[in-house]
Amino acid sequence: MKFDVLVDVRLRGGIADPAGATIERALPALGYDGVAGVTVGKTVRFTIEAADEAEASSRSEDLCASFLTNPVIEDATVTVNPAGESAEAGA
Amino acid sequence: MATSVGVVVFPGTNCEMDAVAAVERLGGDGRLLWHGDEDLAGVDAVIVPGGFAHGDYLRPGAIARFSPMMGAIARFAADGGPVVGICNGFQVLTEAGLLPGALQKNQGLKFLCQPSMLRVESSDSSLTCRATVGSELSVPINHFEGNYTCDAETLARLRDEDRIVLRYVDNPNGSVDDIAGVCNEGRNVVGLMPHPERACDELLGSADGAVLVGSLLDAA
Repeated sequence: MKFDVLVDVRLRGGIADPAGATIERALPALGYDGVAGVTVGKTVRFTIEAADEAEASSRSEDLCASFLTNPVIEDATVTVNPAGESAEAGA
Repeated sequence: MATSVGVVVFPGTNCEMDAVAAVERLGGDGRLLWHGDEDLAGVDAVIVPGGFAHGDYLRPGAIARFSPMMGAIARFAADGGPVVGICNGFQVLTEAGLLPGALQKNQGLKFLCQPSMLRVESSDSSLTCRATVGSELSVPINHFEGNYTCDAETLARLRDEDRIVLRYVDNPNGSVDDIAGVCNEGRNVVGLMPHPERACDELLGSADGAVLVGSLLDAA
């Protein structure tokens, strides 16, 4: 079976986020007041072949921990759905 | 025979000739090693130089650590061989797990390209064995992701084991505990963000880096 995987990578708390800080500082000048807590991360999408959703999740989590993120500075959430059924698919 | 130093080249590396020139100026034999090869060709020491290995895609060093040459470097390091990672090379060595911690974006949001003053904190490493503890060296930095970080437990270990080998005198990038360079438990693998290979001749503004590159030759 094929599964769609969405990995949302975020910087951990306390890790410098210059992109987020710069965006947040620019907002008042653009007329957007009251916006706070801007952070910039990245998303990685892929499809994976696996026997079932549990295997797809576990292989994706492994891939995420060993390569897609550096656990010293980043956290991630992994979302797995059967191919074509996720809100992200085809978007 | 001159001490041979292998300088690893990845796609996107751009400081390899500076490293070779510095090694040769100090009497060593600098040799380029391609990241896709699987052996070190018998060199006595290794430099992982600066640049943007694999375009820094995903994260600096994240893809470089899977290059075949990195397996050879890990084995060489495990046998006690001296390995120094400079700038992007430091990032590669942390991603490869040969050194602790990680390099995050600079505090202050700026890419930094300027001279920096370093204080030698330990002369017990392959990069500082010729240097005097407490001496200050002017060595340039050139990075956006050079802000060293690690968890509190790792930092305590680095301090207790005297593994912080270089500190910034005026911390330019927000690195925890002013850390500019650290070594592994064996003290043969060292990473630093500043570029000693660019400070080996007074014509370049400083020759203070020569004591560091020279240390690597001594350690080999």
